[in-house]
Amino acid sequence: MREIELASRIESVEEAAMIADEFAKSCGFGDEIGFAVDLAVRESIANAVKHGNKFDESKKVNMTLADKPEGFEITVRDYGSGFSVDDIPDPTNPENLLKTNGRGILFMRSFMDEVEWESPTDGGLRVKMLKKR
Amino acid sequence: MADITITERQAGDVTILDLDGKVTIGEGSVALRNTIRRLLGEGKNKILLNLGGVGYIDSSGIGELVSSFTAVKKEGGVLKLLSLTQKIQDLLAITKLLTVFDTFDDEGSALSSYN
Repeated sequence: MREIELASRIESVEEAAMIADEFAKSCGFGDEIGFAVDLAVRESIANAVKHGNKFDESKKVNMTLADKPEGFEITVRDYGSGFSVDDIPDPTNPENLLKTNGRGILFMRSFMDEVEWESPTDGGLRVKMLKKR
Repeated sequence: MADITITERQAGDVTILDLDGKVTIGEGSVALRNTIRRLLGEGKNKILLNLGGVGYIDSSGIGELVSSFTAVKKEGGVLKLLSLTQKIQDLLAITKLLTVFDTFDDEGSALSSYN
């Protein structure tokens, strides 16, 4: 398992992706899982930095990577004001196709086998994702 | 250093942008946005994005493609896509954006479609 604390900057997306890629490879996961992990990490870290912590550098983003018997697990936590995933419009709805944002969660759900959000009692949002072996 | 390089060339009245690198949140997306804006400012509104060299695109990058498409269309022009990798094609399929963009595997067919 690896636990990483990241700054609330866009640069943290690439940093997190590189760490996750390296860890996944060290655990013996192949390219297909590696691609899914890379995408999920990028999208979830970007969401945490941009929408969660709103680039507030006094708030950190925590990422945990774990090699579990069932697969590769990623947990990302921000310390923002949280949001309801159900409030995110469906980007595949024809009326939303030409919107420029709102696709990150769709990508996470499409490439990871399990995605769960929870609101920690001390604020922010935690997303836990699993890519099965 | 930007994650992406954008090379511009002209084929008649069509501007081809050869993208190489990553179109992601941050510099990659901004570079594409700025290039499209500049071209539209120059009156160049027939644009072909060659994505053959794009190794990775995230949701922000996809959003930038959509933004570019809309901006070009607003100026009475057309933006199309060339040489999508399988992964990018999969992402556009998941987002239902293959119903929005005209995509091509070869440059000749792409250029002919502007006539």
